[in-house]
Amino acid sequence: MEPFKTLKSRTVVLAQPNIDTDQIIPARYLTTTRRDGLGAGLFADRRFDGDGRPRPDFPLNRPEVADCEILLAGHNFGCGSSREHAPWALLDYGFRAVISTGIADIFRSNALRNGLLPVVVSETQWNTLAGFEGEQIEIDLEASTVTAPSGERMAFEVEPFGRFCLLNGTDPLGFLRSREDRITAFEESGPWRR
Amino acid sequence: MPSDMPGVKPRTLFEKVWDAHVVEAETAETPAILYVDLHLVHEVTSPQAFALLRAQGLPVRRPERTLATVDHAIPTDSATWRAGLVRMPEAARAQIRTLGDNCADADIELLGINSSRRGIVHVIGPEQGATQPGMTIVCGDSHTTTHGAFGALAFGIGTTEVGHVLATQCLLQRRPRTLNVILDGRLPEGVTAKDAVLAVIGTIGVDGGTGFVIEFSGSAVRAMDMDQRMTLCNMAIEAGARSGMVAPDDTTFEYLAGRPKAPKGKAWDEAVARWRQLATDPGATYDAEVRLDVSRLEPQITWGTDPGMVTPVTGSIPEAPAGSPAARAVDYMGMAPESCMQGQPVDVVFIGSCTNSRLTDLRDAARVLEGRKVAQGVRMLVVPGSQATKRKAEAEGLHRIFEAAGAEWHESGCSLCIAMNGDRARPGEVVVSTSNRNFEGRQGTGARTLLASPLTAAAAAVAGVVTDPRPYLNSHRRIA
Ligand code: SF4
Repeated sequence: MEPFKTLKSRTVVLAQPNIDTDQIIPARYLTTTRRDGLGAGLFADRRFDGDGRPRPDFPLNRPEVADCEILLAGHNFGCGSSREHAPWALLDYGFRAVISTGIADIFRSNALRNGLLPVVVSETQWNTLAGFEGEQIEIDLEASTVTAPSGERMAFEVEPFGRFCLLNGTDPLGFLRSREDRITAFEESGPWRR
Repeated sequence: MPSDMPGVKPRTLFEKVWDAHVVEAETAETPAILYVDLHLVHEVTSPQAFALLRAQGLPVRRPERTLATVDHAIPTDSATWRAGLVRMPEAARAQIRTLGDNCADADIELLGINSSRRGIVHVIGPEQGATQPGMTIVCGDSHTTTHGAFGALAFGIGTTEVGHVLATQCLLQRRPRTLNVILDGRLPEGVTAKDAVLAVIGTIGVDGGTGFVIEFSGSAVRAMDMDQRMTLCNMAIEAGARSGMVAPDDTTFEYLAGRPKAPKGKAWDEAVARWRQLATDPGATYDAEVRLDVSRLEPQITWGTDPGMVTPVTGSIPEAPAGSPAARAVDYMGMAPESCMQGQPVDVVFIGSCTNSRLTDLRDAARVLEGRKVAQGVRMLVVPGSQATKRKAEAEGLHRIFEAAGAEWHESGCSLCIAMNGDRARPGEVVVSTSNRNFEGRQGTGARTLLASPLTAAAAAVAGVVTDPRPYLNSHRRIA
């Protein structure tokens, strides 16, 4: 995983609440044994009509948002399934961060483990940021702040271990493996674990 | 630990299971390392995890604590099976083959495509007795919460975490908070666990459980059989909860006794004695509590595009201010704003999924369908949760009731719950479904899903429109 330190990008807004993982990546794209290439299916049923033509009213289809790396999403983003294909699709499409007033549990931990930064802000802060759609905002993970074009700085919280891994490009599996002795001892001590 | 021991803090069911699995305690900097007793694996969310292990040259640490099956991508319609699965798309075939190879390499038990014990991963775990009280159970699938019905701590994980568990049998986890959902009273005739859990989600919202593990308690839960408790816990994730749990009791032990993977003989007696200690101690506290009296509950049905958009079947679509998420949902559903749910036309009825595909669910559907016909123009699919469930249903003659009514009787699998295996609804079609998600496009691009119980779904099939199932119950014998 690439380290994530700061990110400066314009934003695209998807204000609708409860955008679920089936909308992020419809199930028919899940018959893959790989993790790359899923950007093609990102929001597929929202981005394209029945004939595969882009829907002009879907925010991601506006030409001026083409290189946005920050998605400003409605409340409870990523609810639904545990499919890691959802953050994979967002990353493959080019997003590096999602800002919302609420991000679903499993999606958030999946995002964090893949270098897609989940940022939770208050409703007021979200509204402020939405007012700057299309303008550059800055995310600083070290300082854990989002800075609006107005200069307003908003602090956010990320689970400290996930933050550490992201800042340093550390693989959490390495941490788990460094505890193998303890795991073995635990297995041997458990009253009902052979 | 018994609660009457002096100096011991009373604990909840969740706390007891959590505490017993902490390999290394949580600190400000690092999450807890939590040991996993049972890892369930399926074809869709595992290939990338096995690839990760291969890339790092790591073995699967505890293959004997891992159980795999195929459910999401496999076709269920009998014609495809009779034709030797030649119509199965190559991508699905590759996923199933990859799982087979991975399991063979790692020595993991696979209830594969030709196994008589295969089925939906959350149906076969309990059915085989692999799911047991007090365990930690994970799977790369959010409805892993189902297994919490046995007093296990069970939750869905992403594919990276599937890799972590394969390699270390552990997970990095922050301890969730606890929410006690108390269901008082007794469910009226014709009202099921599905209706109760839809009502709970309607009450607390689709993010009402975020950050929590829900314990379902109260007299209504005590009175439920295991199938109903599984339905309840299955949908805990639809309220955003990490997991759902029910304290094990005699109902749980009776269900498990004699199952292939359940302990036997002396080990069984010891296990039951241990499992009896798991229930929440008197005086233990939860972080939050919700209470619902179910004694006047009506059958529930969803009208929108998330499971919290729900109403009694006798009710109507609530007022939706222009521009609101509700208005957007009503628009997607193609229904008239504020119209009654009863009488809404139906194209497809689906009985199945890890929420409602077990034997008692099939009996419920048969109870409505016996001696009746599926309405003209309605397609009805009945998809058992596992091959073992299918055999049991056939032994009772349920399939004859379905077929006589004009419904399709399928092989087991996820089927129309998720449009990735050949079963899907067409754009614009309205599906009354016993599954768990009414998200846009979940059952096919442009398909519209109404979530309901097997009774309500079967009644809709007969009426051809959404209808109250209760008048359909009395004229027929209760199959039990
Ligand atoms: S039946 Fe549906 S919800 Fe259950 S595991 Fe299969 S796809 Fe997931």
